[in-house]
Amino acid sequence: MSNAALGAPLPSGADEPGKALEVAPAIPKKTDISRAWFGDKSFYAIVVACGTSVLVIVGLILYELISRSDLAWKAFGFKFFVGQDWDPVNDHYGALPFVYGTVVSSLLALLLAVPVSMGVAIFITEMCPRRLKTFLSFMTELLAAIPSVIYGLWAIFVLVPLLRENVEPFLIKTLGWTGLFAGQPFGIGMLAAGIILAIMVVPIISSMAREVMTAVPSAQREAVYALGATRWEMIRMGVLRNARAGIVGGVILGLGRALGETMAVTMVIGNRPEISKLTEALFAPAHTMASVIANEFSEATGDLYLSALIEVGLALFVVTVIVNILAQLLVWSVTRGMPARGNG
Amino acid sequence: MARALNQQVAPLPFGRKLSDWAATFIAASCVVLVLAPLLAIFGYLLYKGFGALNFDFLTKTPAPPGEIGGGMANAIAGSVLILGLASAIGVPVGIGSGIYLSEYGRGSRFGNLIRFTSDVLNGVPSIIIGITAYALVVLTRGHFSALAGGVALGIMMIPTITRTTEEMLLLVPHSLREAAYGLGVSKWRTTVSVTLRTATSGVITGCMLAFARIAGETAPLLFTVFGNTYWNWNLDQPTAALPLQIFSYAISPYDDWHRQAWAGALILIILIVFSVAAVRIAVSRGTLGSVQ
Repeated sequence: MSNAALGAPLPSGADEPGKALEVAPAIPKKTDISRAWFGDKSFYAIVVACGTSVLVIVGLILYELISRSDLAWKAFGFKFFVGQDWDPVNDHYGALPFVYGTVVSSLLALLLAVPVSMGVAIFITEMCPRRLKTFLSFMTELLAAIPSVIYGLWAIFVLVPLLRENVEPFLIKTLGWTGLFAGQPFGIGMLAAGIILAIMVVPIISSMAREVMTAVPSAQREAVYALGATRWEMIRMGVLRNARAGIVGGVILGLGRALGETMAVTMVIGNRPEISKLTEALFAPAHTMASVIANEFSEATGDLYLSALIEVGLALFVVTVIVNILAQLLVWSVTRGMPARGNG
Repeated sequence: MARALNQQVAPLPFGRKLSDWAATFIAASCVVLVLAPLLAIFGYLLYKGFGALNFDFLTKTPAPPGEIGGGMANAIAGSVLILGLASAIGVPVGIGSGIYLSEYGRGSRFGNLIRFTSDVLNGVPSIIIGITAYALVVLTRGHFSALAGGVALGIMMIPTITRTTEEMLLLVPHSLREAAYGLGVSKWRTTVSVTLRTATSGVITGCMLAFARIAGETAPLLFTVFGNTYWNWNLDQPTAALPLQIFSYAISPYDDWHRQAWAGALILIILIVFSVAAVRIAVSRGTLGSVQ
């Protein structure tokens, strides 16, 4: 009898006392209590199992990555991350070009995205009329809902031609003297990847910034206003200064996303495992850690080849986990004590 | 208010006024700068997508490389299969661990550990989840399969659902639970038929959020479901998926495939929006009292 309650987490008709007595006449009276006891115990077991599964999954990810990259680790050791040759033909692997591509494309994305997201967050929380607020928040959230493959598709057919024919020649002509904009305007390359990544991380950074800025108590704002500040001075002194740690947390969260982003980057970065000269870095094709896995994993024939790719994945996993934990701690330091997500 | 105060005291120096205007102008132009790509993407999607959409696209399997025609019917079906499987894994586990966090694990060290780990899992790049599913399912079964893709996407759903379920259950007033306890209802019955039920619409919104997030995922499918040019309903076989098909068509050299990639992207967006809206409507009709 208690098995019925044990197996099904959802309540069935078996709860009327009469019915229960019918099923188990041998132990009357006690049934209600023991069923509740069994129900509670088994329900608890189920939800604990669900909760534990999260731990198990992360453990499994780590275990699989470590055990399956063992071969490459034994073959190259730490040199793997400083070697520049990625040569599947001769079975020699060095991951530095991918580390370089990931770091540069993500930093480029942050460079473009951070000022813009701050502007958006400030405008939405502090400046715009209430009615516009909901609409604008919705629109920026919508940007986060577009799948990355669609960003990639748009980038290939709209952004890249635009860069190749207009933006990059223009940059070379007008800003070429700075030494940063040299090389061939392919369209495809680091700059395209940085721009598309920037568009993808703007909603993350700006919604995080909005959240921590809303968490700043309004007494702070009123105090600064009372000293005769203009609105911008109030935002600078009353809001931004108090939300600083949380905003940095949001930026790091965006970095975490940019580091691991795969599809859109793969489609526009050009996928060439090379570290280009500094002057040509922006326009040259490159390769990231995520994009090399996406491109070569299903074609990796040799054991060492596969193992090397998984080691790249392991490095990416460790870095993104550290970055995310850091971001989480910073955001908590500001929003602690506030409800996790306000409806503002 | 600030302006009124200022006028009483003294006129603002021009420099401060200018910096205030400049800040407002810059912030507003940032918004425009962000909305521009959004509109551009949706504009192109509608323009190119509807231009390429036709009956064949929705009913036929892909044409051989270089040939004109064919469609993505099998990829759409494959996506439905994979997403269904992912939801079957992710939704119950996610809701279960959300219940644990809010009803049992408040303040306990184990609860905090799970909450923290689930945030970590949320930040793991999707391609890493793909590698894990490859190692766990593809390598043990010996071939690519829809099952592996479903496992990968299901894992990705869990942290989102866990955290939203927890938040929604915490919004349910404690007096409701106490009222149930006072009637002699056991804790699990209270949780299922009072707490969870009250928070239904919020919990389902969380599930839809997770669904929308994984529906367009491509990276974890590359080496799990692999793709297929024919129909497949067998969970144990390689399967086509819509995002995967969009990717391979977008990077192909054929114009007709580019055209179809746009149509596929449009269908993908419609699929996401439609399923989210459908569940929203069903929920708002089905439950009277909701938390929010």
